[in-house]
Amino acid sequence: MNPAIEGREFPPVAPYLVGREKVREFARAVLATSPLHLDPEAARAAGYADVVAPPTFAVVIQEATLAQLLAEPDAGIDFSRVVHGDQRFTFGRPIVAGDELTATLRVASVKSLGAHSMVTAETTVTDPDGAHVVTAVSTLVVRGDE
Amino acid sequence: MTARPTGLDLDALAVGDVVVEKDYRLTRDTLVRYAGASGDFNPIHYRDDVAASVGLPGVLAHGMLTMGLAVQPVVEAVGDPGRVTDYQVRFTRPVVVDPAEGVSVTVSAKVGALFPDESSARVDLTVTVGGTTVLGKAQVRVDLA
Repeated sequence: MNPAIEGREFPPVAPYLVGREKVREFARAVLATSPLHLDPEAARAAGYADVVAPPTFAVVIQEATLAQLLAEPDAGIDFSRVVHGDQRFTFGRPIVAGDELTATLRVASVKSLGAHSMVTAETTVTDPDGAHVVTAVSTLVVRGDE
Repeated sequence: MTARPTGLDLDALAVGDVVVEKDYRLTRDTLVRYAGASGDFNPIHYRDDVAASVGLPGVLAHGMLTMGLAVQPVVEAVGDPGRVTDYQVRFTRPVVVDPAEGVSVTVSAKVGALFPDESSARVDLTVTVGGTTVLGKAQVRVDLA
């Protein structure tokens, strides 16, 4: 893996429009029960414009940026050797249905650990006004030759 | 925001309190559903032959599925998913999902730290399968204002 990609920022991916039914589908898939994920009336009563996405829904928006990193020709990341090491989401505000979100990835760090490499990718997600919605940070471990 | 109900009262919490404990049953159906909802179609999450060919002990649950469900008891306790302001985990052990039996995942959520100045708390999750932890440093920050 190429250590020179540390600090590289990728162009923003095409905006992601958060759909109400996608939020509901994702909520059911992570066994979430809060009515705020499922019922627009309940969400509005709690002060939200529409149903609220589960915290880890942000990974759906982050995914396209990770695909950019894995496809980067000079990064030297062999996808078949990648293991997800850790994950973090830091919210400026929750994601709700109707949001149009733009995600931008920066390579925060590249480290080697013996034969293995670790890349930490930081994806910043903003709304059309440029306000911060969530930062998703993934550390991917790329296994070396065994 | 109008009404912002929370089921957790910051003043009544102490570090070490167990907020909630819950068991989740995962089956292959759960994995297929998560694959569709998330768009993660890596076949190690639904094909035994592919899992075996890369040396895995069986079909694995998506790490992000485990992360996604592990925070749910905390969301239920605070009553509003928008109160989760930070959530992190380390993926330490794979969760193997038996084709017939599925697997049971236990989540225990304990108060890790209190931040009265910010009206928030850190809730630490212990996530186990058969008594063995599968996530490390699983921490949820919740806004309790």
